[in-house]
Amino acid sequence: MAAHPEKYPAKTDCVRFMLDGHVIEASDVPATRTLLQYLREDLGRTGTKEGCAEGDCGACTVVVGELVGEPGTNAVGGTEGGIEGRIEYRAVNSCIRFMPTLHGREVISVESLQPARGGGTGNGDDELHPVQRAMLECHASQCGFCTPGFVMSLFAFYLGGQDANREAIVDALAGNLCRCTGYRPIIDAGCRMHSYPEPARWSRADAQSPARHAALQALRGAPDTNSQRAPGFFAPTSLNELASLYQARPDALLLAGGTDIGLWVTKHLRDLPALIYVGDVAELKYVREVVYEGGGMLKIGAAVSLTDACAAIVGRYPMLAELANRFASPPIRNSGTLCGNIANGSPIGDAMPILIALGASVLLQRGNTTRTLALENLYLGYQKKALQPGEFIVAVRIPLPLAAEARTQRVASYKISKRFDQDISAVCSGYAMEISNGVIVSARIAYGGMAAIPQRAKHTEAALTGQPWSEATISAAVPALAADFQPLSDMRASSAYRLQVAGALLKRFYFEYNPVATGQASRVNGIEIDRIEIDHVASAGA
Amino acid sequence: MNDNADPISFTTNHTTSVVGTPLRHDSAHLHVSGRAIYADDMRLPAGSLHAALGMSTIAHGRIKSMDLSAVRAAPGVVCVITAVDIPGHNSYGPILDDDPIFPEALVQFAGQPIFAVAATSTEAARRAARLARVEYEALPAILDIREALAQQSFVIPTQTLCRGDPRAALQGAAHRLQGSLTIGGQDHFYLEGQIAIAIPQEDGAMLVHSSTQHPTEVQHKVGEALGRHVHDVVVQCRRMGGGFGGKESQPALFACVAAILAAKTGHTVKLRTDRDADMIMTGKRHDFVSDYEVGFDERGRITALCVMLASRCGYSADLSGPVNDRTMFHVDNAYYLEHVEIVSHRCKTHTVSNTAFRGFGGPQGMMVIENIMDDIARTLGVDPLDVRKANYYGTSDRNVTPYLQPVEDNILDDITDQLERTSDYRARRSSIAAFNAASPIVKRGLALTPVKFGISFNATLYNQAGALVHIYTDGSVLVNHGGTEMGQGLFTKVAQVVAEELGLPLQRVRVSATDTSKVPNTSATAASSGSDLNGKAAQAAAITLRDRLVAFACAQYKLSATQVRFAADRVLLGEETRDFTQLVREAYAARISLSAAGYYRTPKIHYDRVSLTGRPFFYFSYGVAAAEVAVDTLTGETRLLRVDILHDVGTSLNPVLDIGQIEGGFLQGMGWLTSEELWWNPRGELKTHAPSTYKIPTARDWPAIANVHLVEGMPNREDTIYRSKAVGEPPLMLGISVFQAIRDAVASCGAGPLPSLPPLPAPATPEAVLLTLNRLAAGRAALVEVAS
Ligand SMILES: Cc1cc2nc3c(=O)[nH]c(=O)nc-3n(C[C@H](O)[C@H](O)[C@H](O)COP(=O)(O)OP(=O)(O)OC[C@H]3O[C@@H](n4cnc5c(N)ncnc54)[C@H](O)[C@@H]3O)c2cc1C
Ligand code: FES
Ligand code: FES
Repeated sequence: MAAHPEKYPAKTDCVRFMLDGHVIEASDVPATRTLLQYLREDLGRTGTKEGCAEGDCGACTVVVGELVGEPGTNAVGGTEGGIEGRIEYRAVNSCIRFMPTLHGREVISVESLQPARGGGTGNGDDELHPVQRAMLECHASQCGFCTPGFVMSLFAFYLGGQDANREAIVDALAGNLCRCTGYRPIIDAGCRMHSYPEPARWSRADAQSPARHAALQALRGAPDTNSQRAPGFFAPTSLNELASLYQARPDALLLAGGTDIGLWVTKHLRDLPALIYVGDVAELKYVREVVYEGGGMLKIGAAVSLTDACAAIVGRYPMLAELANRFASPPIRNSGTLCGNIANGSPIGDAMPILIALGASVLLQRGNTTRTLALENLYLGYQKKALQPGEFIVAVRIPLPLAAEARTQRVASYKISKRFDQDISAVCSGYAMEISNGVIVSARIAYGGMAAIPQRAKHTEAALTGQPWSEATISAAVPALAADFQPLSDMRASSAYRLQVAGALLKRFYFEYNPVATGQASRVNGIEIDRIEIDHVASAGA
Repeated sequence: MNDNADPISFTTNHTTSVVGTPLRHDSAHLHVSGRAIYADDMRLPAGSLHAALGMSTIAHGRIKSMDLSAVRAAPGVVCVITAVDIPGHNSYGPILDDDPIFPEALVQFAGQPIFAVAATSTEAARRAARLARVEYEALPAILDIREALAQQSFVIPTQTLCRGDPRAALQGAAHRLQGSLTIGGQDHFYLEGQIAIAIPQEDGAMLVHSSTQHPTEVQHKVGEALGRHVHDVVVQCRRMGGGFGGKESQPALFACVAAILAAKTGHTVKLRTDRDADMIMTGKRHDFVSDYEVGFDERGRITALCVMLASRCGYSADLSGPVNDRTMFHVDNAYYLEHVEIVSHRCKTHTVSNTAFRGFGGPQGMMVIENIMDDIARTLGVDPLDVRKANYYGTSDRNVTPYLQPVEDNILDDITDQLERTSDYRARRSSIAAFNAASPIVKRGLALTPVKFGISFNATLYNQAGALVHIYTDGSVLVNHGGTEMGQGLFTKVAQVVAEELGLPLQRVRVSATDTSKVPNTSATAASSGSDLNGKAAQAAAITLRDRLVAFACAQYKLSATQVRFAADRVLLGEETRDFTQLVREAYAARISLSAAGYYRTPKIHYDRVSLTGRPFFYFSYGVAAAEVAVDTLTGETRLLRVDILHDVGTSLNPVLDIGQIEGGFLQGMGWLTSEELWWNPRGELKTHAPSTYKIPTARDWPAIANVHLVEGMPNREDTIYRSKAVGEPPLMLGISVFQAIRDAVASCGAGPLPSLPPLPAPATPEAVLLTLNRLAAGRAALVEVAS
């Protein structure tokens, strides 16, 4: 089914990717042209829709396939070279995905799921993919404008082969809005899609066919990876190359997942400087656990997607599962990176509060020089970071809970927003406390949405440290938050609410670890985590 | 012609084969494959241009100077227009002439379009539009309803509806209660934004593809703006990516601008707004404040009610007149109000002009009375459901609305009893009380609320429709009608009707794009009336054709009319049968016309706009919903845990489409009252103008337990199309149950005496809930202090 790329004379200055078994060579695309624009305007594939151009509605969802784990690369998941090659298919928002980042990858749009068609044959239901059939038979479309996006999100889920229950489907659809249906039939369709016979096209086996592997391998192996894919777009493949490029051009903009940068183009119509893409630097695509005497850490490279980063973090800190699930949406997490979130350093970003609370640090590099900086010291003021020109984040290092101290460690992160899924935080909090013999021996607390930067609550920490781990202590510490923060009022929340809820979350933190105090439940939303003790986790992971 | 045709062969008891079956949406296969074509997907002729609008940056002021030289000089720009470039009439207002396409000088909201650019690409046009240099003389801006009330700033005069002697009745009431409520607006958030494509035709004519619920109005407004006749303009719309009322009066602006640019340049012009511009410059559901005083007896039965309603209309009238009329007409909802006064202020503010939105003012009226029901129950310490039931309209007495229309089709008691049983309301009420007693942080709440919604356009004249049906000689049928398809399944329902009448399988019938040159002078597809009106019109056309075929067959085969029947793709001719196609060919050969227009006007309705009385509605649609929520009292977060719905669609034309409308409407109503918050900054700029800041429900918000059912065995008492009922709008108001359930949970908070329950503002965002909880706690503390 996949074509043989070697048949095509490889052009150098172009973006090359697979689409429906063919190599597309897109020349002269501006560096910031989006995949959505290219599909709709250049290729006339209008099945993919624009509903917002900011990654928030999912009408533009497509699936991108990428070869991972081939020998010679550092596969996400750790062990170098050891994992058998696999094409990873993930839903992404084409509206904010720049064309040159697709180089060497495969694009699947809604049109790909059925055989190409010239004119108008009949309904052709037989040719529909199980995902489409399920949507059709569950009456899951009304106006239909959102439908291709839902189909593609479900299709990515389908290829993943996970068990399709309501919760899993709802999670998978967090990035897709439908204004007509009420979602019930779409959820039904998701739950039902695995029950259809395997399709001829895009079955799970077909998705991993040798032909597809070969095609992607050939694309990736092509000698032109380093050449300019588009004017003003640089895609280094090694860390050294990245470092020297950026040092030589400190005015260039580093591009990772583009889930922040994309909006600068599509929403703010900004002209960007030259882009240096970190997404093809194999050395930055790793998640590694480093254990040393007296501690250990999780190291997450700058090219690792939020999806993979969250999985690794939640593996060690299961109580962060809810935050991970509520961080943007699956397609945003598939494109966006954790280090991009950190580098962008928005005061309402979700990763920073808990990472600061956990004492994370960032590994920075400029030219040949590297240094480590505590994450909390990265943020100097609103949109001001302690980065030198040409300096970038190589990785973030997150201390691991270790069995010895874990017994007493309490960790949580909570997010408050108007909507549960896919919303930006009004307030986001991160807590890490150590309790010994009923006394709080250390407390690290950080909040987002409360100040111009993600910031520690030092007065509150002081009010807690050395005090008994009790409701009274927490209540007594809450007023200290007003000394730590004077939050703003905006469309997400008022200053008064932010301050009150910041205290409420601190109380929740206590109650969640002391469910007796709360009777039946300590909150309405989210995953029930009745007293997850970290030592259980640590020993399970060991 | 065939007005109000009642086919002899089809009584209410007739068993149908196509109508009433759960057939899928006629475009479902296109939706799932990405092959459904929306306006933005159309291939454009070479040389097409793309337009963008330039917006004002202040809420109120005079344009002192507008320097567009940088806009004109920007790369790719072909044409720039302002108010002076409009060849015809500078207005797209649906009723009054107070909506200029571009203001001459006076800017009245932040984001108001003041000029337009056509360029070689969308991006070029949008970039250029940002280069304008405009100087204003700022004027004081009125930005909210209370301020407008204080300044007596209205877009149209205040209306008062009064029955009985509410003041005197208040004096004599056993209990009295005052309260007020704020109800937020709502953005439509149709997934497909506003769009128009204008294609110049020969001899000054213009073809416009518009995503519109009202092609005829677009046609008229484009004609006027171009200074042409209506017959010079053709407007087409195959489908919209959602409308919800937001594409009733709003699309004319975009169509007019595209058409003016197209006329000026001679090129096709596409104007597709981006999401932010769309949300900033198009009207929304009206937000309201309401103050009320109610008198009631020991059982909670209302004996007197005085309600003040004030809505934010924005800078112009748009559809605010009829919207606010409908608010007044739905303050009663399901309840008999003997002595009642409803005062409705239509406030002028310097914000975008608010417009139609599913329910058209009705939901806000219902919110007020449902809140009052809840207040009464809290005051008396009884279950709010019992108060609601005590106030329900009667069937033989207590059954006349404040606008003097008798309620003749009341099924409230039946469906409420049924839902109370099937939802296990009473048992859950006590288990929730037990849960709450043991749960200091998370509180649950439950509410069962009714909906009674009047069906018909308030303005009698809009209650008419036309259709055109062709039978081709291969036996295929093409239908066109005045309604538009926005996802609700209207085309499917109309095709079902035509197929049923001609005894054909649905595949034989195709519905083509709505087109002002095929069916003229249509009404908006609005007021839930789409299938009521267009279904009847198409039925009339189909019956005309069938009658012609019957007459032909009778003459040809010497039969009586009763011997000719159409069913299952065949025609029964006495003892013989024929293929439908064969008969059609014979008829064609015998020179029988196989094309017919159908027309329908709703009977029985009348309405006096001066006294605000009459029978504005042909009938009422009913529904009940029971919602259970959990509230986190630490943070104010809420979650819907379960909903049970029983909704009345008469005899369903298509149960799956109807269920789809009910579920979607319910969730949209819940979104309006929970997560969807519109927020303006002190400069009058809307800051929630994209999905990143404006939060409609997601899949997770659909509750894990949902039991949604149609009322069975209750055909419409009125002679509607196959005795069905309209379903577009009424289910939205089932979402009120969620809001009331949140209020129920809030009421269960804290210990000590219950002060009068503080108002919960809508939407009940976490912040609004927490604020109410704070007030409740403060009220309790004050009571305790007084007592001690
Ligand atoms: C729909 C939507 C929902 C979202 N929801 C959330 C949410 O819930 N919570 C949340 O916190 N965020 C959210 N975001 C924001 C965004 O997804 C995150 O900030 C994301 O992690 C950014 O990563 P990226 O790889 O896409 O960064 P990019 O957009 O590529 O870059 C962001 C910034 O970081 C810089 N940068 C990137 N990598 C490096 C590096 N290695 N070294 C130095 N600088 C670097 C870039 O130059 C740029 O300034 C959302 C965004 C969207 C579009
Ligand atoms: S268009 Fe809305 S997410 Fe891409
Ligand atoms: S079907 Fe209309 S938005 Fe989903």
